[in-house]
Amino acid sequence: MSQLKYLTNGFLKENPTFVLVLGTCPTLAVTTSAINGIGMGAATTFVLLCSNIIIAALKNLIPDKVRIVAFIVVIATFVTIVDLSMKAFLPSLYSALGIFIPLIVVNCIILGRAEAFAQKNSVFNALLDGIGMGIGFTLALTIMGGIRELLGNGSIFNIKLVGENARTILLFILPPGAFFTYGYLIAIVNRIKAKHNI
Amino acid sequence: MDFIKIIILALVVNNVVLAQFLGICPFLGVSNKVSTSIGMGGAVVFVMALANFVTFFIYNFVLIPFEIQFLQTICFILIIAFLVQIVELILKKSAPSLYQALGIYLPLITTNCAVLGIAILAIQKDFNLIQSVVYASATAVGFTLAMILLAGLREQMELSGVPKGMKGFPISLVTAGLLSLAFMGFAGLIK
Repeated sequence: MSQLKYLTNGFLKENPTFVLVLGTCPTLAVTTSAINGIGMGAATTFVLLCSNIIIAALKNLIPDKVRIVAFIVVIATFVTIVDLSMKAFLPSLYSALGIFIPLIVVNCIILGRAEAFAQKNSVFNALLDGIGMGIGFTLALTIMGGIRELLGNGSIFNIKLVGENARTILLFILPPGAFFTYGYLIAIVNRIKAKHNI
Repeated sequence: MDFIKIIILALVVNNVVLAQFLGICPFLGVSNKVSTSIGMGGAVVFVMALANFVTFFIYNFVLIPFEIQFLQTICFILIIAFLVQIVELILKKSAPSLYQALGIYLPLITTNCAVLGIAILAIQKDFNLIQSVVYASATAVGFTLAMILLAGLREQMELSGVPKGMKGFPISLVTAGLLSLAFMGFAGLIK
């Protein structure tokens, strides 16, 4: 089935975080723990999926000249929905992710997929692309959050793996650790891709 | 809060890229050369100060009276996109030489999350008009500072043997991490 590739593209081959290097701000900022990574990934996936579907459905109605503004309004609408729902139902995650929830609106992955994929493809393909890219992004954020949480806090998904007084590399939860982890992860993904010719 | 405190906090202690992770895309994308970093930085200072000035009025005199604060995100992003277009048009007509210098960087600024982020943060921190504009300008200068530092390092790196897998983004990110580590030294400066 040829359409399957739209779904799996985002996992590794065109992973938005490690290969396309889009949406770097939330990737670096919120991945202090694996849970935050999943939360941010899920919120972004929801917005990406909804905006991809709406934009693919409206592609013939939106005049070419004002398309970017139209896309931004569609995206900002869904971001506001996520923002308010999260504030109401998941207040602790909402305060951990902070300003990066409203900033999903300027996440280049979403506008990038709208421009490069959704406006040229059918609703169903755009849906597959949205799910695939969303999963790729969530996966990347969770891996990064997991590594930083493990090294910096000695825990994963809030389950403590080391003793109470064990020393952890606190640096990895602080801003420099985000840059280091991200840099080395991109290098590792590059290496895997080169080795297997993906 | 007095202005010196706001300026130092925004400039180095809570540096917008190295500590708050806003505006990473242009930070990594444009920092190939020192000269382009200065151009981009100039454009960001200009747009950020203007965006905070305008969003302050919109928030306090439109969104609050009508009780539609939940439209903040949509409203602000449209204002910023609109401002960038207007600035581009005005510069093109009235200051062609400045437009030549900043022109290519202006469209890129709409997608700079630092502009939207700082506008929202200034509202959250309950700044008044002058504080808000000062905060935005200092943040933008901090952004420029970080970008020029990284650009200088990257220019040097062109000459050294970077391992193949680390070329491009990975080595830039690790370098940015070292810069961020250095900036953490400012943390105790103001409490």
